[in-house]
Amino acid sequence: MIAESGHYALVLALALALIQSIVPIVGARWRDAALMNVARSTALAQLLFVAASFAALVTLHVTSDFSVANVFENSHSLKPLLYKITGVWGNHEGSMLLWVSILALFGGLVAAFGNNLPLSLRAHVLAVQAWVASAFYLFILITSNPFLRIANPPIEGRDLNPVLQDIGLAVHPPMLYLGYVGFSISFSFAVAALLEGRIDAAWARWVRPWTLMAWIFLTLGIAMGSYWAYYELGWGGWWFWDPVENASLMPWLAGTALLHSALVMEKRNALKVWTVLLSILTFSLSLLGTFLVRSGVLTSVHAFATDPTRGVFILLILFVFIGGSLSLYAWRAPALKQGGLFAPISREGALVLNNLLLTTACATVFIGTLYPLALEVLTGEKISVGAPFFNFTFAPLFVPLLLAVPFGPLLAWKRGDLLGAAQRLMVAGIVALVAIAVVFAWTYGGATLAPLAIGLAVFVIMGALCDLAERIALFRIPLSLSLRRARGLPRATWGTVFAHAGLGVALIGIVCETTWNSEYIGSMKPDDVAKLAGYELRLDGLNPRQGPNFREMVAQFTVTRDGEKVSVMTPSKRNFTTRGASTTEAALLTRGASQLYISLGDTSADGAIAVRIYHKPLVLMIWWGPVLMAFGGMLSLSDRRLRVGAPKPAKAAARALQAAE
Amino acid sequence: MTRKQRRLTLIGCALVVLAIAAGLVLNALRDSIVFFSTPSMVAEKHLGPGKRFRLGGLVEQGSLKRGDNLAVTFTVGDGGATLPVAYKGILPDLFREGQGVVAEGALDADGVFRADTVLAKHDETYMPKDVADALKKQGHWKDDYGAKPNSMPSASAAPTQGAMR
Repeated sequence: MIAESGHYALVLALALALIQSIVPIVGARWRDAALMNVARSTALAQLLFVAASFAALVTLHVTSDFSVANVFENSHSLKPLLYKITGVWGNHEGSMLLWVSILALFGGLVAAFGNNLPLSLRAHVLAVQAWVASAFYLFILITSNPFLRIANPPIEGRDLNPVLQDIGLAVHPPMLYLGYVGFSISFSFAVAALLEGRIDAAWARWVRPWTLMAWIFLTLGIAMGSYWAYYELGWGGWWFWDPVENASLMPWLAGTALLHSALVMEKRNALKVWTVLLSILTFSLSLLGTFLVRSGVLTSVHAFATDPTRGVFILLILFVFIGGSLSLYAWRAPALKQGGLFAPISREGALVLNNLLLTTACATVFIGTLYPLALEVLTGEKISVGAPFFNFTFAPLFVPLLLAVPFGPLLAWKRGDLLGAAQRLMVAGIVALVAIAVVFAWTYGGATLAPLAIGLAVFVIMGALCDLAERIALFRIPLSLSLRRARGLPRATWGTVFAHAGLGVALIGIVCETTWNSEYIGSMKPDDVAKLAGYELRLDGLNPRQGPNFREMVAQFTVTRDGEKVSVMTPSKRNFTTRGASTTEAALLTRGASQLYISLGDTSADGAIAVRIYHKPLVLMIWWGPVLMAFGGMLSLSDRRLRVGAPKPAKAAARALQAAE
Repeated sequence: MTRKQRRLTLIGCALVVLAIAAGLVLNALRDSIVFFSTPSMVAEKHLGPGKRFRLGGLVEQGSLKRGDNLAVTFTVGDGGATLPVAYKGILPDLFREGQGVVAEGALDADGVFRADTVLAKHDETYMPKDVADALKKQGHWKDDYGAKPNSMPSASAAPTQGAMR
């Protein structure tokens, strides 16, 4: 019953989405407020039905109903409850259902909190949302229905892919989807603006919080995925330039650019046409990411799907939406009025440079990701584009971007003073140079680029702090006055400081991890000692253990430093009997921002076990950086100015329309 | 500056950045891409020593030998030709004899493939796509290699115990 109800709820959601796609648009054409308001109720009802459908699937997984194919293929009665729930989106059908649920959630949010939006804009936005939703409901119902039954129900399920049975994966996909799908809002706003042929600063003020929210989730989602790969895959690597990772990085880069260009549009009413284009591109890249991951065109742990009909269907969706929105853009964009003049050296100019470098970097990732696919389709030749490609293209574009980051906030709108900004950044520059000298002297004879990169990171962090010091006139006026000023600063300013500093923090982590990572790989017997980076790791012994749905071999290491016991580490190797697959559970020991990392290999006949031990200096800063960025984003999101919504004229107009109902 | 000049400055900057990026991409595409080959393709193409490529195929049954200090050798075959592979380090969790594998490295002077990375990104039901395609093309594909066990319960009880070493 539950499966059939879930299926039925999904069909109803599709029907509601179809109504929501057409009626509000017709209402906007006829200027009929009642018809336009249909968008609001259908969006909320749609959310209700999708939520019911999703809840049905969760219930099926929790109760281990193996008569449903999706549960049978991805669950096991002995699996812990948490993984029964996360297993819902650990497979193709379930994760697509999560995707549309989040889409409906965002639609519902716009409907619920969009009361001060101009009525026709809200009608258009929700209609465009419903177009996207309808396409994906059809996709799920036609090609990947999670509620299909098996004729002869089996007694036991086939279990979830063991690498996915992890807490990191419980949170990673929902976060990522909140980011991906969150950009659908700015897409809908952009298409609505093109349909209406009207766009103003109020539009940007509306789009920015949604974009910011999506961006925060995407930032955290990517960081979490990277940390998951780091500890779960057992290689100690945190970014592989794998197409699936790139699929999430591209919308992030475009979304970051969008965030900044929307700022110019909100404050200065300039860059309108460009902002609209970026909104379209960002969501298009999210759709592309969905296609890459979900169609199974890639060889990767994430691509669970291998059915070509799905690929063709998503490709069709991709084609219609990207092609359609870009055509609409080409047709209607010239009608949008240009605004706000500015000199090349100005805050606007700096933000344009930011956009230019971010989108170009995004384009290089795009080429590196899709070129092998295109080449294979066209010539049949198989190549792989790995880390070296991205190091040679992506990195050189990010260096000038990072150099420019501290200058941006110090330049005035309209016409800036580059020399003045440079003078105010003097302290940051000096500290960066000192950092370069210290790191260079400390690691003399080592890598030459690394100290420079550290210097760049220090410059970015100090630059953010200089900006803050400048705003509160630190050391120029009494400290108490400065503190009072600091409290009075808009939260958005604090957000900028944190986000930009986070960039530098992440860079320090990346440079330290890649340059001064030390490793020990060898086979060890009990009582053997491995020495690494000043630590001594003694293998105490190996013990087999039985878990709920796996068996594992646990190794116990005693870690000492200078003769003093630091801790005990217990990496293990798990064997999941149902799938016959094994996973490596690495053991991590955190010391400050650095980590010791042990993962196990195979045991040989004479009782020795292969071990891989890494010392990763400052590795945690790689993830602290994005967390800082997301925190900055949240601060900015909580800023009063963003909550105000549309300015008065639009509000009044909306009220007048509502009153006329 | 007039509006036109400002616009030209912007467009000029954009073109410069794009040109630099295009240069970087073309340069990187020339130097840092890696081609995929199976043992038969290696034999046909007469790949020289030192040229990096990705080798894909099936690990031959009984060919895995462990040496001292994590050195391993095994043979990769595609039904037509075979190629000896040497690797030092820990093999991935999913590495098994008779299963598909992708290794990256280069041939040495003796014609042994020195791998520095071994990938086995698949579980028991899934074959690396590159390997599957290459085997199909060469007519050595057997349907049971990559076939997903059908949705019948009996298939779920596949013999898996042997995998535990």
